[in-house]
Amino acid sequence: MSAEVSPFLSLAVNVVLAMLSVGLFLALGRLVRGPSLPDRVVALELTATLVVGIIVVYDVATRQPVLLDVAMVMALVSFLGAVAFAYYIERGATR
Amino acid sequence: MREVITAALLLVGGAFMLLAAVGVARMPDVYSRLSAAAKGNTLGLGFLLAAAVVHFGELGVTSHAVLIIAFVMLTTPVSAHLIGRAAYFIGVPLWEGTVRDDLRGRYDPDTHSLASAPAPSDTGRAPATSASDVGLGDR
Repeated sequence: MSAEVSPFLSLAVNVVLAMLSVGLFLALGRLVRGPSLPDRVVALELTATLVVGIIVVYDVATRQPVLLDVAMVMALVSFLGAVAFAYYIERGATR
Repeated sequence: MREVITAALLLVGGAFMLLAAVGVARMPDVYSRLSAAAKGNTLGLGFLLAAAVVHFGELGVTSHAVLIIAFVMLTTPVSAHLIGRAAYFIGVPLWEGTVRDDLRGRYDPDTHSLASAPAPSDTGRAPATSASDVGLGDR
């Protein structure tokens, strides 16, 4: 199913994947450094969105439109996770 | 021609998502980090999905992409607001260069409801530099 992609588009895909990977490392740095619990939740949400972006780019690179379903479910789950984190932070977490 | 448009949309989307990540890494407090992450990610993901639409040019992919874009545009501001509100409640300090905090003293710490009437002793212009200055006390 993986048809050929032209070298030009392949180069663009590789550049974008590199950008998103750098973004993942920046999000990891924020996750480790904190300093507060909401900062870490922001980093987790950023990670989820970057992963959705990586799935979409990979979907373009391999010409498999089925992967868009995965991206949709990933976005849904990350929203539920953010809501749950916000609920439990507001109901009495410590800094 | 279609590949050029796809590559351009991919690069713009990747640049926006990278900028959002840089904003989360470099911004001074949690509220501005939230702002950078929410806006940059929504726009970047929209461009990436537009690239997928142009690349495939099929009805199924287009409907999926429109659904994902609509869903992300609906949920990202909501989750950003919820996280920011939770951070404000547990007293995460604002950036020390903050000049205005309209929420200061307006939240009821017990009922978590927002009062609309302005507090007479508070003009909302004092910079809140520590957690206890946010107006909720230590919780």
